[in-house]
This record gives sequence, C-alpha cells and structure tokens, in this order.
Amino acid sequence: MMPRSRRDLFLTFSWLAMQGFGGVLAIAQRELVDRKRWLTREEYLDIYSVAQILPGPNVVNFSLMFGDRHFGLSGALASLGGMLFLPMLLVLGLAAIYNQFSVIPEVAGAMRGMGAVAAGLMLAMAAKLLAALRRNPMGPWLCGALMLASFIAIAVLRLPLVWVVLALGTSGWCAARWCIGRERAKS
Amino acid sequence: MSVAVVPVDLLELFLRFLALSMLSIGGAVSVAPEMHRYLVEQRSWLTDSQFTGSIALAQAAPGPNVLFVPILGYQVGGLVGAVVAMVGILLPSTALSLWAGRWGAKRRDAPAVKAFTTGLAPISIGLIAATAWVLSLPFVKDPEHWPGALALMALTVAVLLRTRISPIWLILVGALAGGFGFV
Repeated sequence: MMPRSRRDLFLTFSWLAMQGFGGVLAIAQRELVDRKRWLTREEYLDIYSVAQILPGPNVVNFSLMFGDRHFGLSGALASLGGMLFLPMLLVLGLAAIYNQFSVIPEVAGAMRGMGAVAAGLMLAMAAKLLAALRRNPMGPWLCGALMLASFIAIAVLRLPLVWVVLALGTSGWCAARWCIGRERAKS
Repeated sequence: MSVAVVPVDLLELFLRFLALSMLSIGGAVSVAPEMHRYLVEQRSWLTDSQFTGSIALAQAAPGPNVLFVPILGYQVGGLVGAVVAMVGILLPSTALSLWAGRWGAKRRDAPAVKAFTTGLAPISIGLIAATAWVLSLPFVKDPEHWPGALALMALTVAVLLRTRISPIWLILVGALAGGFGFV
C-alpha cells in the first residue's frame, strides 16, 4: 500500500499528529504499519532509527524522510506540514488560555489519564517492534545486549542521549558490519 | 513578559535557535536547558514558570513535543516570535535529514549503510522502552494515582497488541477516566 497523493500524505500526517498526545511516533507505528500498511515493521524501524540519530525532532525527521520517499521534496513538505500545521495552531490557542484551566481538578485528572495512555502506547510500540528484530543479522543475543544496554543507560543511569547514541551506535554499527560481512561471505 | 522585545532581538533569537537546531539530537527537548539559559537567565524574556509551563503544555497537547518551541517564541514576541523560533529550530536539522535520507536510500544495500540501520534497530527499541519507562514513572511513584494509571497502561498495551483500533479512542478513554477521577 502507498499514499495516493500529497494531499493524502498531508491529511494522514495531520491525523497522526492530532492523535499524538505525549508522542507521535507510537501513533505513527500504529497508523502507518498496523492500519494503513504503508510500511512494514522493518521499514518503520529503519526510518525511525535514522530519524532519531539525526539532529532535530524525531517525528519531524521521520515525516520528512517518509514523504520524500514517495513524492520527493514536495511530499516531504506535505507530510511535515501535516505533522506541524494543525497542532501548532492548537497549541498556540491553548497557550493563550492554559493558565486559567490547568488548576481545575477535572482537567488535571484528564491530563493524567492521557499521560498514562501515552506511556502504554510507547510500551506497546516497543513490544511490537521486537518482531522486526527476528531477521536482524546480529542474532538474538547481540540484539538483546544492545537493547538492554540502551534501556539501562537512559532509563536507569539517565545518561545524556547524545553520548548513549554515539557510544552504543558505534558498537552497534561495528557488530552489524561484521555480522553482515559474515552472512554475505556464507551465501 | 518582563522585558520589551525589539526586532533585533528576534533576529538574535532566530540565529541562536538555528545554531541549537544542529545540536538537538534526540529532539528539541535535549536543547531545552540551553534555551532556558538564554531566554530566562540571560535575557529575562520569560519567567521560570512560563518556561516549564510551555514544555508541559506541548507534552499534554497533541502533536510533536517540539511545539514547546513556538510557545516559547510566542511568549517572547507574539505570533512573529512563534514563527521565528520554530523556523530557526527546524530549518538546519530539516535540511540535513532530507539530505541524509536521500544519501542513505541510494546506498541502502551497501554493507556499511545496511550496518547502520541493522546496528541501530535494537538500540532504538531499547530507547523506546526507556521512554515508556520515563513516561510511566511519575504515575508509578504517585501513591494516590498508581492503581488507575497502571490499569490504563495495561489496557492500552492489551488493546494495541490484540486489535487494530485507532489509539484516539484509548486517549479518549484515558481523558474521561482521569476527568471523572478514576486515575
């Protein structure tokens, strides 16, 4: 399946963005992979991985690269526009009225509820993407070690992301390069 | 707003944010401390609570979290400030990622490029799990609210793994459950 037009890209990415409470990427996985099937899990993880090591917001880089693959620069701008236009209008509107509303207990409660769902969405995304590692040339042990190391570095040790990505990314690249070379030598 | 802002200030803000853009690996939030130093401590354009409020608001509202940047800009210099801050923080990184995406797509099967995505895939999943952990920590630690919040998280995971329902419904359920005081 493929996006039909730039308008299709714009509308789809607007729809993704407007659902993205506490993070759009989990929604993108859901809509683009599970529902629309514009991407496989492996393709999603590919774009996601590159999007996150580049400077700039992951979601923005993701939208650009996805749009660019389909309709070139104008496609990239269509999906980026979809991702940013409506949410930006909304958020600026909210900024104008925020201070009056954030103290109402029902509003605070609703925010908390949406926050918990956002955490669940991220967790489910991690669980789903695990399946994409099955065909990874590094095999389950190396993959597991890299995954655990990055989890501990960020969640437990709270190290700065830049250093974690640089250090583990370099190790991951070397390990992957070696495994791919071995795999190609065999076949 | 404690200090009047003139057009020259907006130009300076723009240039500052252009530079920060290339440092924002992992998202604009990773350069938030630097923005805080500039906007709050150095120039006194914003108060501390305006700054943290902007980030909280962008996280609560739909859309990418980078939208705290136009809120900061808006508070400094109105709509023009919002656009200046947003274009500044996005322009360099956007140009780079378009270029890098094309460069990589052309050489997708070269072992060195393939090793890039192959090696990063498990790290990405680890980072996503870490984000889930960091997001859920405030709920898990909260003695009053953790049972409801954990139940909502579990429901979300179960629905996502077993059905193809759109996440918007879960967010709605979360908002209602929270609004009526169950979370």
